[in-house]
Amino acid sequence: MADVAEPLRAGAIAPNHWADLSIRIRRSAEFVAIPLFALAVSAVLFSVFLFLLGKSPLDFYSLVYRGGFGTAFSLQNTFQRSAPLILTALAVAIPARIGLVIIGGEGALVLGGFVSAAVAIPLVLGKLPPIPTLIIMAIVGSFVGAVWIGIVGYLRYARGVNETISSLLMTYIGIAIMNFFVEGSLRDLTNPNKPSTMPIGDNYMVGKIPGTEVHWGLAAGIVLAIVLHILMTRTTFGFAVRVSGGNPRAALAQGLPVGKLIVICCMIAGACAGLAGFFEVAAIQGRANASLAAGYGFTGILVAFLARHNPIAIIPVAIMFGGIVASGGLVQRRMDLPDATVLVLQGLTFVVLLASETLYGRFKIFQVGGSAERT
Amino acid sequence: MNDGALAIVLFAIVGGALRVSTPFMFVALGECLTEKSGRVNLGLEGTLVLGAMTAYAISFHSGSPWLGVFAAGCAGSVLGAMHGYICKLPKVNDIAVGIAMMLFGTGVAFFFGKAYIQPSAPRLGSFSLGAWTGNQQIATALQINPLLLVGIAVAIIMAWAFANTKWGLIVRMTGDSAPSAKAMGVSVDLVRFLATTIGGFLAGVGGAFLSLFYPGSWNQGLSSGQGLMAVALVIFARWSPIRCVIAALLFGAAGAIGPALQSIGITQGYYFFNAAPYILTLGIMIASAGSKRAMRDVPGELSITK
Repeated sequence: MADVAEPLRAGAIAPNHWADLSIRIRRSAEFVAIPLFALAVSAVLFSVFLFLLGKSPLDFYSLVYRGGFGTAFSLQNTFQRSAPLILTALAVAIPARIGLVIIGGEGALVLGGFVSAAVAIPLVLGKLPPIPTLIIMAIVGSFVGAVWIGIVGYLRYARGVNETISSLLMTYIGIAIMNFFVEGSLRDLTNPNKPSTMPIGDNYMVGKIPGTEVHWGLAAGIVLAIVLHILMTRTTFGFAVRVSGGNPRAALAQGLPVGKLIVICCMIAGACAGLAGFFEVAAIQGRANASLAAGYGFTGILVAFLARHNPIAIIPVAIMFGGIVASGGLVQRRMDLPDATVLVLQGLTFVVLLASETLYGRFKIFQVGGSAERT
Repeated sequence: MNDGALAIVLFAIVGGALRVSTPFMFVALGECLTEKSGRVNLGLEGTLVLGAMTAYAISFHSGSPWLGVFAAGCAGSVLGAMHGYICKLPKVNDIAVGIAMMLFGTGVAFFFGKAYIQPSAPRLGSFSLGAWTGNQQIATALQINPLLLVGIAVAIIMAWAFANTKWGLIVRMTGDSAPSAKAMGVSVDLVRFLATTIGGFLAGVGGAFLSLFYPGSWNQGLSSGQGLMAVALVIFARWSPIRCVIAALLFGAAGAIGPALQSIGITQGYYFFNAAPYILTLGIMIASAGSKRAMRDVPGELSITK
């Protein structure tokens, strides 16, 4: 009997297993295909825009490729710029899981970077070795970012203050706080060109990943994205967050601490953005000044939406946009286009992407018979 | 500080409030109209910047600043129409689209605006409310622009129209309950589309004021959040056009404290006073969010206060 039953059982299970997989693939294919379609549409629209201005779209895209991905040098430059984008995109994606639209990553980045540069001054002067100095800087930078966005989350939960507006207001306040100190009491008077804090010095800079010109921020971003993905999909905490994001009332009725979850998600988000600020200071700039507000926080919003707030998907999308940002200089020089060209492309992509939300559930090919609609 | 300096500071704050408040007023009125119809347009920050750039460019090329103001309104209504159209598609979130429009509008403005940072365009004229005092300093401090009066007139007309006209009733009904508007045979999408477009026009005009009167030049740092603050201000004004004007004046005064103190040589805490409007906005949002009075006046279909 056993001889007969064995193949039968295997035969009974295997097709089910494959059907399951195909259902899952077809479902997730929608989440890949529609954003890709939106990207293609915005590329076409942007080509029309360039064409109307008398510029060649082909030149543009080939320059973006060359400046962002074409050579080993440009690829490393791209990775360098993807590091803050991964972190600022996580700062949007994690609160999005609990239903909040937070766009204040830029402020947490600036403030986290500034405070880590400020806290480094006495440590560097006190001759603390580089490794503990950097660890303290990173912890302080992420902590400040966490508090900054945590306030937004707390206001949302406790007072019902709209988190989108308040997080952007907090960004302006954060930049003003940095300017106040950088042009005031913490200004390095030996540097007359641009108001900055005292440089932390070459010995104290974060090193490169061996064999590359890319700093450790990229590795930190990727590891954090994977960890947060596991946290959001494989833990009770992540499950509670997703329930609260899907239906806050049901979550409250289940006794979930929704307010606490909101604040924690916001603090994780702020810590990511603050860490991005730390790496900008400790690996790129070496000091805090107005260059910290370079727009990574805003590009990160687009990256997160394009990745559908999935931490793993954020990594390739951030690399793509890192490349577009990195190629900006080359495009500017060769095609005589203003540096805002990248902003137009990003804005257009964002608008088209959000408009494409309406396509979900409209294509038969992605629909699996009897399955509940997912949005 | 002696009495003379205090008087100068006070006049500078009042004059500053009258000057600085105008863009707040236009954006807030535009947003008020849009929100009354039940939709939120967070993209008015981008509209403000694009309006400022368009007004400056058109004024430079045509030599007529008022043509620039009109062009700014048109540019604003294009952005408003885009927002209105995209949001009527099912499953699209109006707040997210607003963020995208903010980035898009700013990007387009910076793209085309690069050529206009250097040249000098004809500005809007002004007249002084303080000329009768015969005091030169007061007269200079109280320079105002006709657009301020236009803004106040728009607010009064809007308030009257909301209360007394068929159109006002349709907008309010659409904002309070889409099903009842549908039951009355009103096209909800069309009403909201038009309300967003006209709201965009007003915000664009507010941008024209920035580049053509005060501060009166075009550069990339021209607006940093005024458009967004104006959106927050509408909640504080509890969706009343008249209260929008009062709130805008209050914000203008907050924004004018820093420059006013600077004019008599107090530069301490300049950056703090720069941040004052943002902190004030946040404080106002905290105070007015969740208050019973705000909840009573909120249009029922609005997603921003939920």
